[in-house]
Amino acid sequence: MDHRKHNQRLDRFMTGLFYGVAAALVLLLVVFAAYVILKGFGGLTPEMLTFSSKGVMNQLFNTIYLVFLSLLISAPLGILAGVYLTQYAKAGKLSSLVQMSIETLSSLPSIVVGLFGYLVFILMTGQKWNLLAGALAVSILCLPLITSTTVDALSALPVSYLHGSMGLGATRWQTIRRVLLPAGRPRILTGLILAAGRGFGEAAALLYTAGMSTDINWSNWNLASPTCPLNPFRPGETLSLHIWAAFTESTASDARAIGNFSAALLLLLVLVFNLSVRQISRHFHLDAKNR
Amino acid sequence: MKHVSMFRKEYAGRVLVSICGVLMILITLSIGAFLVYKGSATFTVFGHSLGDFFLSADFNPSDSASGPAGTVGAAIFIAGSLLTCGLALLIATPFSLAAAIFMSSISPRLGQTYLRPAIEIFVGIPSIVYGWTGLTVLSPFIRDLFHLPYGNTVFTASLVLALMIFPTITSVAADSLAAVPVSYQQAAYALGSTRWQLIWRVMLPAAGPGIGTGMILGLTRAFGEALAVSMVIGKTRAFPKNLFSSTSTLTSVIASNMGNTFDGTEYNSALWTMALLLLLISLFFIILTHLLARQGGGGKHGPS
Repeated sequence: MDHRKHNQRLDRFMTGLFYGVAAALVLLLVVFAAYVILKGFGGLTPEMLTFSSKGVMNQLFNTIYLVFLSLLISAPLGILAGVYLTQYAKAGKLSSLVQMSIETLSSLPSIVVGLFGYLVFILMTGQKWNLLAGALAVSILCLPLITSTTVDALSALPVSYLHGSMGLGATRWQTIRRVLLPAGRPRILTGLILAAGRGFGEAAALLYTAGMSTDINWSNWNLASPTCPLNPFRPGETLSLHIWAAFTESTASDARAIGNFSAALLLLLVLVFNLSVRQISRHFHLDAKNR
Repeated sequence: MKHVSMFRKEYAGRVLVSICGVLMILITLSIGAFLVYKGSATFTVFGHSLGDFFLSADFNPSDSASGPAGTVGAAIFIAGSLLTCGLALLIATPFSLAAAIFMSSISPRLGQTYLRPAIEIFVGIPSIVYGWTGLTVLSPFIRDLFHLPYGNTVFTASLVLALMIFPTITSVAADSLAAVPVSYQQAAYALGSTRWQLIWRVMLPAAGPGIGTGMILGLTRAFGEALAVSMVIGKTRAFPKNLFSSTSTLTSVIASNMGNTFDGTEYNSALWTMALLLLLISLFFIILTHLLARQGGGGKHGPS
């Protein structure tokens, strides 16, 4: 009898403990995010909001532009590789080799990818730090994510889609383009957004590829000019690298405030992105239900 | 005529996606090949032995491009990485398990509405933000709390890393707990277990391989994290005397020194060797997860 009471007491204690830990973790997130954002915006000076060497808006633009470039590269490659794995690859050496490669890529430390990018896209091409090299490095990090979500999206589709389309006389390629990819679009899109989120925060892979400086002239729209905003061959410091710079070059008096604000801005960017993914996937979810 | 173009497209499509598939292999192989090529220079060009690299704590490579002119001992950085990541795993795992158990067994409803979204948002927070907050908030706090001369310690770095890897461990552990057959739970309750007994004696052992996989994935992330760790580890080139002294890790020494070295020098090669070591460590972790997965697959047929 005593034994049983002990067990029940232990059970109640552990239940309480689990509730406590869960509440503490949710609280930690809320406090962390609120603290970073409030502290960042608390030290905000009007200067920081300018597109100049003292502001962080150029860095914000670089961050978004770099992620855009890297998705431009990694999205088609990743989606097509996912199509290959689910539709064309026969179970065998080659497809398991592709799968192994994807797994290896996804667990590579980003600093290693950064070094590889530095060697191949900067040293071997003889270029200076540039946005495209950074975008290529980030693409390597995004590729496994996009490929595996595409594989998940396509293999979750009912096999009757494939049979129905092929039965109507469509080729496999037509089936993929007209039936399978559109049907898998919501999940593929979620994968792309996750990849973008990863790109926004990436720093180590960009340290030696995209460079730590940025010099943009917003009235210069000559793509070949090194100060044109849209020229991918100019150095492009991102927000995350700006935080790193606030740490390594902390001699500037306002480095702390700039770092705080950059962190707040970056966190806000990622949070907004994250919440919109939830909305989009919920929207698609409802859509699918209503059909 | 239309059929011809239709089949031409079919073949073109097949070739296109196959190229993309093979491209994955090529990227992976070329990363591996370049790292081996650059990383092996320490041993082949500069003539250091494996012992010089792994076992020596004397790290003072030269900027010359020939001969063993300096020393390349990486023992401090290897030890620093092992210690911070191991400690981070020790700190994060209990919290991750508690969160995973909460979501799967205690209150799936609250877990799904609050805890899971929170954890998914935690995953998305850039590591540099964790690092910066660690530097500006956690580090001074730890300095004052333990009356230290500085707050950038092994312990600080481990805490920051633990925060970073806990969502990874949690989501994998939660998935494997959710995959435990309901019949196990019914059997345990029918035998008169309390919920805690069910969790402790049945759920956790049954989900063991999955939890192990989550821990390894977390460890992989911790080992590869560079900038956030650099911000809070203090970057001194000495073995840590205790948890409250600063040291360096493999990633922090690469991140802070690569830009100051020239391609092809001894210093540069030593850093590449460390990058190669990081690659080998992540490959080792992949193999480990495969071994665990095989074990988990065997366990499906019955309780072991």
